[in-house]
Amino acid sequence: MKIKSNIATSENGFIFNPATGDSFSGNAMAAQLLLAMKSGKPAEDIKKDILEKYNVSADQLERDWDDWIAQLKEANLLET
Amino acid sequence: MEKLTYEKPYIKKLHAGVMNKFGTRTGIQPVKQIDGVSVKSLIENYGSPVFVLSEKKIRKNYRSAYRAFSTRYPKVQFAWSYKTNYLNAVCQIFHQEGSWAEVVSGFEYHKALRNGIPGNKIIFNGPGKSNDDLQAAIDNDSLIHIDHFEELNQLLVLSKKLATKPRVAIRVNMDTGVYPSWDRFGFNYENNEAWTAIEKTINSNKLQLVGLHCHIGTYMLSAGAYEIAANKLCDLAMRCKAQLHHKIEYIDMGGGFPSTNTLKGAYLPGSDTVPTVDDFAEVITSTILNFGFAQDDLPLLILESGRVLIDDAGYLLGTVVANKRLSNGKRATIVDFGVNILFTSFWYEHQISPAQDFNSHNENMIIYGPLCMNIDVIRESINLPLLDPGDQVVVHQVGAYNMTQWMQFITLRPAVVLIDKQQHTHVIRTGETLHYTEEPEIIPGHLKPDK
Repeated sequence: MKIKSNIATSENGFIFNPATGDSFSGNAMAAQLLLAMKSGKPAEDIKKDILEKYNVSADQLERDWDDWIAQLKEANLLET
Repeated sequence: MEKLTYEKPYIKKLHAGVMNKFGTRTGIQPVKQIDGVSVKSLIENYGSPVFVLSEKKIRKNYRSAYRAFSTRYPKVQFAWSYKTNYLNAVCQIFHQEGSWAEVVSGFEYHKALRNGIPGNKIIFNGPGKSNDDLQAAIDNDSLIHIDHFEELNQLLVLSKKLATKPRVAIRVNMDTGVYPSWDRFGFNYENNEAWTAIEKTINSNKLQLVGLHCHIGTYMLSAGAYEIAANKLCDLAMRCKAQLHHKIEYIDMGGGFPSTNTLKGAYLPGSDTVPTVDDFAEVITSTILNFGFAQDDLPLLILESGRVLIDDAGYLLGTVVANKRLSNGKRATIVDFGVNILFTSFWYEHQISPAQDFNSHNENMIIYGPLCMNIDVIRESINLPLLDPGDQVVVHQVGAYNMTQWMQFITLRPAVVLIDKQQHTHVIRTGETLHYTEEPEIIPGHLKPDK
């Protein structure tokens, strides 16, 4: 589950795909996840960090993670 | 260390293009209470989904509509359209306000009688009256609105041996300049069928023709159509007086005034486009007043409004069951109420509000009900904040037709709760039970399960 290497992301959630010209804006949580994914951190570690820092249950995070990956796939931002 | 507030991760594609003149705000606000009663407590106490009606709003709608007509015309009578919502508590509110009953079937007729309405204050419309229905209406001196020649002949047969004449009106259909033209109710004006029915009724000497009625359409978006209709009914009334020396006592303009719900496919919201009751009142009353009736001959004006008086007093509260993504990536939210109890979602783009605080991100989504049917779509496209399972929503303007046309299908129909003016809640129809739905069923002996 890797973000495409050519995708440009900013700290405040702006995403640009130079291959297609598409740009996206994300919320703070999206920005944080993107940066972590770009750094190559495994999904389990990213989720563990979120659970430690944020007020969210593991079940909720698991559901939201699946939806997050679906969003990235739909946006064509993941390596195939 | 205190944990930080979590927000569901979300990205949104940015589109370059012409700026939207309506801006980016969606105007969505959480609706946490109805008439001072919290949505959360309503769902806790009465289950989810649940219909909620505001007595305060119903009475306000009635008084405001009645005022629109009565300040312009000396003799006005409203008759509550039972088919719009015939829950007895709802009918009683309208009857307390002064409404007669307007019914379209034997079932509704007997409901009105059981609600304590005197027979002579029940208007019996509809194309499907049985002999028994007509006999009951004759016995109770109700106002029978004749729909076709078969019915007229039926009445003539029934009234043969009567000492008194049943009171009847002729239903008239006509071209009012709108499409589609409703020509299935009553007798046509343009081809003179209506006049033939009037002559036949008066000349029979067995029936007392007291009124003329029309029902030109539903959710009418043009006040001008009512001006045309009023003109044609006045013309018939005037001809009755001049040619047959018969005075018509009332003109009944039927119903059809729209609520402010937004019709599917409409560019602007209903609240910005539909005429107000005042607009309709102005054209109808000024047409009759200017038609040339002598002051003493001015007919009573009857209105049978339904939708406009109750739609915005009704809410459907429900709960989010799940979220999913469709094959094209579009978000879909599943709620616990389907089109079987929200029939009007086939016509309207119902406004739906979250019932709790939400984050600022909106996403376009489709809202499905819980039925295992492809047609179970509450909204095909709506911008809403991200909703989680268990979140509650409020569907607005559902008071008309849903509580009469709802269908029991794979789930049980929910309770209906009335909030009175003192903010007390009353169950006016309990939620259905499995026992209730199975009560009329009979299993033949050879199909009974082994004990």
